[in-house]
Amino acid sequence: MAEEREGTGGISRRGFLKGMGGGVLSGAAVAEGLLKGEAAALGSRPKAEVIKGRTAIELKVNGQVRQVEVEPRTTLLDALRNRLEHTGSKEVCDRGQCGACTVLIDGRAALACMMLALDARGKEIITVEGLNRNGELAAVQEAFVEEDGQMCGFCTPGMVMSATALLQVNPNPTLEEVKVGVSGNLCRCGTYPKVFEAIQSAAAKMRKGG
Amino acid sequence: MAGWKKLDEMQLVNKRLPRVDARLKVTGDASYTSDIKLEGMLYGAVLGSPHAAARVVAVDDSRARQLPGVKAVLADLKANGTVRYAGEFVATVAADSPQIAQDALALIEVEYEEGEFVVDLEEGMRDGAPKVFEERENVQEGRVNEEGDVEQGFTEAEVVVEDEFRTQVQTHSPLETHGCVVQWEGDELTIWTSTQAVHGERKGIADFLEMPLNKVRVICHHMGGGFGSKLWPGPYMGVAINLAKEAGAPVKLMLSRKDEHLGVGNRPSSLQKLKLGAGKDGKLVAFAAETYGTAGISGGAGMPLPYIYSVPNRRHEHKDVLINAGGGRPFRAPGHPQACFATEQIMDEMAEALGMDPLELRLLNDPNETRQQEWKIGAERIGWERRKPNGSDAGRMKRGMGLAASTWGGGGGGTQAQMNLFPDGSVEVKCGSQDLGTGTWTHVAAVAAEELGLPIEAIKPLIGDSDYPYSGGSGGSTTAASVAPAIVNTARLGKEKLAELVAGHFGVDAERLVFAGGHVSVAGDSDKSLTWAEACSMMPTDMLSVQGEWVEGLSSRGVAGCQFAEVEVDTDTGRIQVVKLVAVADCGLVLNRLAAESQVNGGVMQGISYALYEERLMDPRTGTMVNADLENYKIAGALETPEIEIVLFDQPERGVIGLGEPPTIPTSAAIANAVANALGVRMKELPMTPDRVLDALEEV
Repeated sequence: MAEEREGTGGISRRGFLKGMGGGVLSGAAVAEGLLKGEAAALGSRPKAEVIKGRTAIELKVNGQVRQVEVEPRTTLLDALRNRLEHTGSKEVCDRGQCGACTVLIDGRAALACMMLALDARGKEIITVEGLNRNGELAAVQEAFVEEDGQMCGFCTPGMVMSATALLQVNPNPTLEEVKVGVSGNLCRCGTYPKVFEAIQSAAAKMRKGG
Repeated sequence: MAGWKKLDEMQLVNKRLPRVDARLKVTGDASYTSDIKLEGMLYGAVLGSPHAAARVVAVDDSRARQLPGVKAVLADLKANGTVRYAGEFVATVAADSPQIAQDALALIEVEYEEGEFVVDLEEGMRDGAPKVFEERENVQEGRVNEEGDVEQGFTEAEVVVEDEFRTQVQTHSPLETHGCVVQWEGDELTIWTSTQAVHGERKGIADFLEMPLNKVRVICHHMGGGFGSKLWPGPYMGVAINLAKEAGAPVKLMLSRKDEHLGVGNRPSSLQKLKLGAGKDGKLVAFAAETYGTAGISGGAGMPLPYIYSVPNRRHEHKDVLINAGGGRPFRAPGHPQACFATEQIMDEMAEALGMDPLELRLLNDPNETRQQEWKIGAERIGWERRKPNGSDAGRMKRGMGLAASTWGGGGGGTQAQMNLFPDGSVEVKCGSQDLGTGTWTHVAAVAAEELGLPIEAIKPLIGDSDYPYSGGSGGSTTAASVAPAIVNTARLGKEKLAELVAGHFGVDAERLVFAGGHVSVAGDSDKSLTWAEACSMMPTDMLSVQGEWVEGLSSRGVAGCQFAEVEVDTDTGRIQVVKLVAVADCGLVLNRLAAESQVNGGVMQGISYALYEERLMDPRTGTMVNADLENYKIAGALETPEIEIVLFDQPERGVIGLGEPPTIPTSAAIANAVANALGVRMKELPMTPDRVLDALEEV
């Protein structure tokens, strides 16, 4: 199951733990949120199927249907990076702890390392490579360039995807909302202030229809 | 001696330049080592010892070898050898996929004879502690630095303060782990690796393999962070090289997150026992320090004491202590944050004992002229006059302010560069440096374009390849001050070559030619002007190359800086929040103001993380690291980012200095002093976690 992220209405694992530790969310609210998510997932779950060994599946990545051979244990991240050459999404922790592999699944931010490739069948997957159209950078990407929102750049694809997801649901975020929006994305270079500036600058441009 | 153009004539240098490689990074097109995929490439993985001390008795790799898809197994990395820390490599495999490689590791059976171990600094110092190396004592021979007469100094001192400070082990945790892609072609080796030193890696690999340097090529176009841990090849490199040889195919070996925490470097811990004496006037007269630190199985846990301040009579004795943990590697200003944390706190204790403002005590004892100015700027920006006496803030949420300062060497040298001019006017600049996220790609393009009078887009910078002219490793905050002067010199040689041709064409002296605005023109004669491309079209060959080198006069050594922190402490939960941080950064000539600000932000954020969150936690019972991931090893994130106010202290007349390390040094000490100001009780151990804050409050 894809981890839902802060800023898109859901509760991430990191956010959940932070909530438990910092008293930001009450236990009851967390439990309720989890139960709701589970019920929704159960409702939409396809019939049980047993898949063993290597299986050819189709994944729709950046609007293109791609054939890929995976094992049941193959994560979406592994499939994207090692089998489809979409290396924009980065592998950093492989455990949903850093956000470097953030992609959009049916329009919502999700961690590609926490989803099995098999579970991504039939979904719209957008990676960082799919944001720019005909060589034109998306507004978020352009703002990251202009405001120096990246240093080594390894967290950047994930940051850009989280920012994109945030601005889709909140076109005019406060600084605090921006921070929450990328709170699941770790930047070891520590260039957060410029990431925040980039996201707010992109939001302003997008509101003007840029 | 060479000099920079006048600041007001500069079009690119010292401006706010978006990075030339930013587009690649925001689109996912930047190719990092971990993104490289070669035809027929295998995936390597390493098996680490689960034990902190053990003898490897036997290894059975037969089942791993039989697994379909496994192409090479090397199980003799420690045959009959001794393992000295949990995570030390024992065996390695290469297979068709990362999953098969992991499956194969699980099938390797290693028989260990477990030994006794010690994984804590102070445990390692105890008499009778298990010895890490049979032939050596854990507590290594001490090093003593002494000047003046310390005993006499303390006799003369009217006020003496004494205290102990402890700092933790911090792992570099770059987002891209250490790793490489190795390809053998005949007897020639090409290696893509996530490194801070393409030339240094080549030398290290060639030495290791006893190969000629001209048969080894190292490439690193983009790398996901290093912070000092990627300055030379590690054991993973030798392993990958041998796997590729054994399998007869290219091998990619990227360490797992756990491997990364355990075995490829860290900032050593410290225990610092300090004693400081001063006259009633606040003049420091005596300093004594007895310090220890552990870099695991390696040395290098020292720190420069006394930090920054001049004390005529001083003594520092330091001893490295060996424990069963991964070795240290340089980490952003090695030794300095530790020294700063202890020194700046004992300075504040002295100020309190003297009844003196901490800032006043600094101004009285800081010999650095730049910092004398910076202290005052920082105090004004944070609003130092608002600072209350220690522990006087009422209520549950208490605010406080603190300060601390840094020193660093920086400076440059040794770099060479090549510039190729083409008849169509295009230009490329090759330099065997690398970009760690610091902006080297952009520095190379901007400096070359500035000199040639061209737009930045006209230059194609080429770095990150040992095939390019020599440049040193990116350590010690030396890259910008090494690379920029070499590019200036090279571009000037290129201009000279072109000027000869153009001067001949116009029949004037070459000295009269001006390169600006995309034109080569005769000064004072507006009719005699060629576009850059027209000038280049006059070259007699299809390429004109010049090679230049670092020259004096464009850079200098010595970096001073200071920071002021304002914190809020929740006395019910023990949580410390940094409200604002003012960083005054000594900058010399700033090459790119945007990238310089990012460097300072990054240094401060790593400093906050070091102060409040990060710690390698070792289990004394099993000898293993219990938080070897990115969830339990806590790193400051977006929500922990305070308002950071940056003051770039410009001294363009000094040329380029160095900015990578200094901004991370004083952050933890400034925060600690601010916490002491808020609470009236001092945090003497890093990280300053809520439990430690509550413990400290209980002692009051």
